[in-house]
Amino acid sequence: MNFKATLACAAFVASVAPAAFAGEDAELVLNGEIPIVTTAPAPAHLDGVLGDEIKSGWLFRSDETQATQMDDFDNPGMIFVDQAQASWDTVEGSEGKSCASCHNDPAESMKGVRATYPKWNEEAGEVRTLAMQINDCRENQMGAEPWKYDKGDIVSMEALISVQSRGMPVNVAIDGPAQSTWEQGKEMYYTRYGQFELSCANCHEDNFGNMIRADHLSQGQINGFPVYRLKNTKLNGSHSRFKGCIRDTRAETFNPGSPEFVALELYVASRGNGLSVEAPSVRN
Amino acid sequence: MMKWIAIAALSSVAGMASAEAVAPADVQFDDYGAVEVSLSGTPGDAANGAAIVGDKKQGNCVACHQVGALADIPFQGEIGPALNGAGDRWTEAELRGIVSNSKKTFEGSMMPSYYKTTGYIRPGDAFTGKAASEPLPPLMDAQMIEDVVAFLATLKE
Repeated sequence: MNFKATLACAAFVASVAPAAFAGEDAELVLNGEIPIVTTAPAPAHLDGVLGDEIKSGWLFRSDETQATQMDDFDNPGMIFVDQAQASWDTVEGSEGKSCASCHNDPAESMKGVRATYPKWNEEAGEVRTLAMQINDCRENQMGAEPWKYDKGDIVSMEALISVQSRGMPVNVAIDGPAQSTWEQGKEMYYTRYGQFELSCANCHEDNFGNMIRADHLSQGQINGFPVYRLKNTKLNGSHSRFKGCIRDTRAETFNPGSPEFVALELYVASRGNGLSVEAPSVRN
Repeated sequence: MMKWIAIAALSSVAGMASAEAVAPADVQFDDYGAVEVSLSGTPGDAANGAAIVGDKKQGNCVACHQVGALADIPFQGEIGPALNGAGDRWTEAELRGIVSNSKKTFEGSMMPSYYKTTGYIRPGDAFTGKAASEPLPPLMDAQMIEDVVAFLATLKE
């Protein structure tokens, strides 16, 4: 009983102590050892539309939500990372392989990978998201069924891969063969969809920092994806978030994994070039 | 039999609408975006307008605007200007134009157009995410617009 009480007390202190330093000027250090860049100089391609600085969505969340992401034992997203580690080691498909068969320890082989996705795949002649690359491996290397886009298995695997890059700066390429896809995503970002006629930019460029009803609008950065949302208590992919946003403009949405959302993901990711990979982040 | 039911249903809908209602496509905006003529032909009910402005399921104007007169409604937004004093700043015709289609008054405004049914990009069926064909039902009907305008006209500094 005493032990339990001590634990509860420790948990209370742990969850309250960082909150004292939280807010929009808070510093994010994961587990007391991985510094996360939550404010970075704006990338040149933005031409100043967000001012001088880009900001992680973490800065716009409540003290309690911020604190939940500071320690992996408090971060519910880490449960899914553990699950993905188990599937990383599980043999599936006709070729008798697991992820580990070729990629060994993800802590070594996947370091830095998440930071550059989505990226151009020369062989395929297309821009690929991390999810597309995972499914390509499953189908063509393992002889396994592809996972459904943005559903549990694949989002957890993306989180496992992303964890290996935590603290590294997002650095997606927007030029060369990726440029036309990036331009497509940029055009979507500024398109006012649906009966509400709202673009991504209306909220996340023109009004970040402002309240829309009870919501504190962020810059809509996706460096923290996959993100554990308190709202639905699971990991969420960026395409599902895009879909929810476009649905809320009273528009016909696009589907997760569609070429349109791949383009939008590349563009939105590029607006966060310089912020740290945070996944799995915690948001509301 | 089916036909009779359909006709009966149609006539009851028509019966609800005022004979003098202006259809969304027929609204006359002047050069500055104002609308002189009542959309419903029935004077607005300011009390009901206040309810629409504050109700998440109806106008939800407070999602973006602060309204001091509705101080009991929590979480008022900061996107658009506060509506305090709107009745001093704008005439009834100007308010009607702004609520119906603010883009005729403020070019490029983020504010949705509440009495417009066509001209959308990927119009959806309410919040389902599914496609819908235009004309869409307007976000507010003619009487709701008149009620909101009547309420806004009462907001004096």
